[in-house]
Amino acid sequence: MTLLDGLGESGPAPASPAAVPEFTGPVIELRDLTRTFPGDPPVHALRATDLSVARGEYLSVVGPSGSGKSTLLHMLGLLDRPTTGDYLLDGAATGTLPERDRAALRGGRIGFVFQSFHLLAQRTVLDNVLLATLYSGVPRNERRERALAALDRVGLSHRLDFLPTVLSGGERQRVAVARAVIASPHVLLADEPTGNLDSVTSEGVLDLFDELHRDGLTLVVITHDDAVSSRAQRRVRIADGVLTEVA
Amino acid sequence: MARLGRPAWLGRPAWLGRGSATRPGAIVARGNALDRFGLGDLVAESAHGVAAKPGRLILTIIGTVLGIGSLVVTIGLAQTAAGQIARQFDAVAATQVLVEPSTSQTQGGRRTTGRIPWDVEDRLGRIAGVTAVGAVGTVSIGDVRITVVPVNDPSVATSAPPQVLAATPGALEAVRGRVVTGRFFDSGHDERADRVVVLGARAALRLGVNRVDRQPSIFIGERAYTVIGIIDDVQRRTDLLDAVILPVGTARADFGLTALEQAHGTIAVGAGPVFEAQAALALDPTTPEAITVQVPPPPSALRQSVQADINAIFLALGAVALLVGGLGIANVTLLSVRERVGEIGLRRALGARKKDIGNQFLVESGVIGLLGGLLGAALGVFVVVAVSLAKEWTPILDTWVVLAAALLGGVIGLAAGTYPALKAAGIEPITALRGGS
Repeated sequence: MTLLDGLGESGPAPASPAAVPEFTGPVIELRDLTRTFPGDPPVHALRATDLSVARGEYLSVVGPSGSGKSTLLHMLGLLDRPTTGDYLLDGAATGTLPERDRAALRGGRIGFVFQSFHLLAQRTVLDNVLLATLYSGVPRNERRERALAALDRVGLSHRLDFLPTVLSGGERQRVAVARAVIASPHVLLADEPTGNLDSVTSEGVLDLFDELHRDGLTLVVITHDDAVSSRAQRRVRIADGVLTEVA
Repeated sequence: MARLGRPAWLGRPAWLGRGSATRPGAIVARGNALDRFGLGDLVAESAHGVAAKPGRLILTIIGTVLGIGSLVVTIGLAQTAAGQIARQFDAVAATQVLVEPSTSQTQGGRRTTGRIPWDVEDRLGRIAGVTAVGAVGTVSIGDVRITVVPVNDPSVATSAPPQVLAATPGALEAVRGRVVTGRFFDSGHDERADRVVVLGARAALRLGVNRVDRQPSIFIGERAYTVIGIIDDVQRRTDLLDAVILPVGTARADFGLTALEQAHGTIAVGAGPVFEAQAALALDPTTPEAITVQVPPPPSALRQSVQADINAIFLALGAVALLVGGLGIANVTLLSVRERVGEIGLRRALGARKKDIGNQFLVESGVIGLLGGLLGAALGVFVVVAVSLAKEWTPILDTWVVLAAALLGGVIGLAAGTYPALKAAGIEPITALRGGS
């Protein structure tokens, strides 16, 4: 089991990056962050971006495709590293953290909802939700209880043993939401959460987001759909790698 | 560590923070390392991966099954055959010779055509490689009784007397017998025709003789014979144990013994051919064909070397099958990694480390290999047993060979899975999450 221990995740584990005892500042803070993809000419996906998302905020990021939306999502989700600048999650710098700590932060603090759901087709609804507890440090004896509660909350208690393939798009996305929130993340990142849904089921998912927001969850929804972004408390537009607040 | 005291979903959600500051550090550091992707989780996830496509699994493990199976069969049959040879190789049989007069079928029944001379010990003892030689003949005593006390009691039910045999002094050693008490007679007794007897163990029991230090006598008819010893544990002519044994000279003098019926001898290993060529001539130079000589067969060196060649070929075939099986596992695991890029990306987004992903695929291929090994070992055992049954052999197969073969499958699976696992661990979550489902 030690064969793969060193895979790019070397380096001593730092004192827990989240060892700040009481942090009340913004959950997400981008400081002069840029992301440039090497090439000829280089692609500036994000230019000198500053962004601060307070605890409990519901933010939407809108922009056409190719505007840097995905790059921003990858930054916020700790799936990519900035070229310059830094990204503070709960006040702790993440830009230079070793990969294993970033993975731990992803598992423990961030919930993802994807456009294409990303459910495992061969696993039951319950298993799919439980998947998120494997890597995030949810206490073993709470896993099942929490998964059942999460599925109950998204209204899928009657679908526990179903395979995702027999669910409707809206149901699948609700499974994905249950999976995203089971580990009690600090922020929920949604990437075009309604992109594969019709308008009626979209409403259902967005209503669920509203509920989560009311309960105090911080949400960042990335979309090109104005109907989706209008649900958010605060809107940010991105174009050519530059963020601008929308009134 | 601060653990969530109650489920987040019952009552107020955990992320609510209750209107005041939350504990940012609590989430990552919460619980302990045991709650993160542990060995149990790893095995469970891998098992799901293995079981996801049963049809493919079967095709994947066929190579390993055949490879492990042929290894087990080869080793098992080699061990079984070795056991069989060992069973057949009997040290007594390999060094024991027998000389008899030839017989011919005539109208009056079977007749012996030759005879063993009285000085058979002398003649055969001079042949190179002979370590002991002795002869035995049956003595006809007529209708007399053999008793310990000569009481003529007509009311006693007549019982068949023990057989009376004549033996040369070397006979005991030639049939590998043992003196229980007393002694065997020697050439002196033989030449003087002394009235002494040696009893076989069962005959002694029947006659009630169990010690010879008081020189007990038995009576054959009216003549008294001193019992000088009791013998046991003979390897040939087990009828000696039921017999009263006289020296040949005594038997000739008292009962008119006319011929010896068998000469037994022990020889050194490998002396069989020499003995076979010379024994008949030594006993009857003019008509050697009148003497039949039985010697042990020479060890079949050729058969053993052929066996070894066949084993080597089968082992090589097994190794090739294992190599192919390993490549098959590597191939399928690699394919599986490509197909499951989306899953890998998802797991990484959910907090899996590269190590977790790599281990998962490594364990999957290890489990596939182990399954192949177990099936192959079982198949191999079955074949060994079936072949043994058909050949009426005793199947012999070391348990550790079977276990090691099954484990070897797992090792091959791990080795085959290393490269795909490294590939899987190296997949970037961004590329993995783009597209896919």
